[in-house]
Amino acid sequence: MATVPIAVERAGPGWGPRTLLRRLRSGDEIAHLATLCFAASVILITTWLVYVLWVNSALPRHKFGLHFFLTSVWDPIFDQFGALPFIYGTLVTSAVALLLAVPAGLGAAIFLAELAPQRISDALTFVIDLLAAVPSVIYGLLGIFTVVPLLRKYVQPFLHSTLGFLPFFQGPHYGVGFLAAGVLLAVMVMPFIISVSREVLLAVPVDQREAALALGATRWEATWKVIVPYARIGILGSVFLALARALGETMAVTMVIGNNPRISASLFAPGYTIAAIIANEFTEATGDLYLQALIELGLVLFLLTFILNGLARLLILLTTQRGTAQE
Amino acid sequence: MNYRLMWRKAVNGVMLGLTGVCALLAVSVLFFILGYLVWHGGKALNWDFFTKLPKPVGEEGGGMANAIVGSAKLLLLASLIGVPIGFFGGVYLAEFGGRTFAFLVRYTTDLLNGVPSIVIGIFAYSIVVLPFKHFSTLAGGVALGIMMIPITLRSTENFLLLVPRSLHEAAMALGASKWKTIATVVIPAAYRGVLTAILLALARVAGESAPLLFTAFSNRFWSRGWDQPTASLPVMIFTYAIAPYEDWHRQAWAAGLVLLGLVLLTNLAARLVMSRGMSARRS
Repeated sequence: MATVPIAVERAGPGWGPRTLLRRLRSGDEIAHLATLCFAASVILITTWLVYVLWVNSALPRHKFGLHFFLTSVWDPIFDQFGALPFIYGTLVTSAVALLLAVPAGLGAAIFLAELAPQRISDALTFVIDLLAAVPSVIYGLLGIFTVVPLLRKYVQPFLHSTLGFLPFFQGPHYGVGFLAAGVLLAVMVMPFIISVSREVLLAVPVDQREAALALGATRWEATWKVIVPYARIGILGSVFLALARALGETMAVTMVIGNNPRISASLFAPGYTIAAIIANEFTEATGDLYLQALIELGLVLFLLTFILNGLARLLILLTTQRGTAQE
Repeated sequence: MNYRLMWRKAVNGVMLGLTGVCALLAVSVLFFILGYLVWHGGKALNWDFFTKLPKPVGEEGGGMANAIVGSAKLLLLASLIGVPIGFFGGVYLAEFGGRTFAFLVRYTTDLLNGVPSIVIGIFAYSIVVLPFKHFSTLAGGVALGIMMIPITLRSTENFLLLVPRSLHEAAMALGASKWKTIATVVIPAAYRGVLTAILLALARVAGESAPLLFTAFSNRFWSRGWDQPTASLPVMIFTYAIAPYEDWHRQAWAAGLVLLGLVLLTNLAARLVMSRGMSARRS
């Protein structure tokens, strides 16, 4: 269809018979170099960030080594630092969040992509985009004053009486703890799951659904057995994206997690996450080892989100490109 | 056979209904948050909130004037860092980018976008707070500025790429050099999109408190300079919400309402700018 633009693009940076001198005089090369510097500064900043995290966590890395990740004693007075309770807390709260957010988010995405009429779908997507913009500290505020009391008074006693035989739902009901943090995180990451999954679902070629419907499938069967499997890699990508968000989320979690560096199987128990301990103790860390132990936790968090984000982008790219390529 | 069909139709109806419930649930969360904040924050919000300093512990009343000004100062600093790098970086990717280097920039930008805000805080602490030996507005601005870069950069790139190729060609056919084409044709055509991108980036960092905790820190009085710690709305909400005083909770709600109002209004404004631009292009 558009052959002319492609031809121009192919001509690329060295187009035409212009010499370097002429291009310099007309300002092209200068503009090129100037914007290149700005673009390169992004790489510079990111590299610098990694470097700073690495260098400033040298003390605990040398002193504790891999032991840092395997011990659960966090005692600044005796210079003993183990990251296990925080890693555990981060993983547990994120897992709870995903368990709640993935089914709900995927359901909502299916509704928006497959069922709702265009106008309604657009309006709802707009609201969900706004939801993604709500600052994390606001979620924390609502968490402290509504979610935590609700969990303490109604949800936790109910779970205790019905599913209390499971180790996850035992112990006293504080309200604050893994469950509260997980619920808040679920609400916070749901918009991301919805908007990315919706886009991935919309990228599935129409003939896939038409073929399924023509074979006599109901609308739900066409969606669940044809379209969702077709888009599954992209949906997985959205889940990874949400997981990366949940792992690094700080304020809301800090406000409801209970700040207790202990590993407990019960979701009712108060715990701690990596982001929360950095937020709480960074300003009061005395001594280099203490501060650097916190920075090493930051490095761990960075690496976790780095890997997850990389995987997520790759997966989303794979599906959306495949989807559009076959259209 | 008939039973099977009925069963399949029933499953169809129930599951489709459930997806609708999910969507409704997700959407209602926003209205719940809004309603709750307006209800609690509205009661606590008064003129003093915008004009007075926080009162000492134990005294009722007072406001968060210093936090509002502090947030504005932080956002100004953040834009000074985030907007130029984001904008020109975006221009590079859209107009000059080669293959390998552009891919590298894009990938790093996405990576930076995914870095948890608290880690950005550690970075700003290490490069600004440590050398200066004390918390400062500047450090907070740097942290927020770094967070603005990826959002501004990628959206600028996308909006510039949306400008029709024919506009480039027309300008070049008239003899304009490449940078002149970009500066006088492409960027003006995409300025609404770029403005939207900047507004969205501002709205996002305006609500960030994690990177400010140990960069801009907090301050119960007016900040005396760019090198002094300053209060900011998100951090104030955090401190006031976890404090054990009833009056502070009241003020946290008020601050929450103001912050959420600002963030959502900025978002709405950004989308309005965008939709206007779209309809103008279509006509």
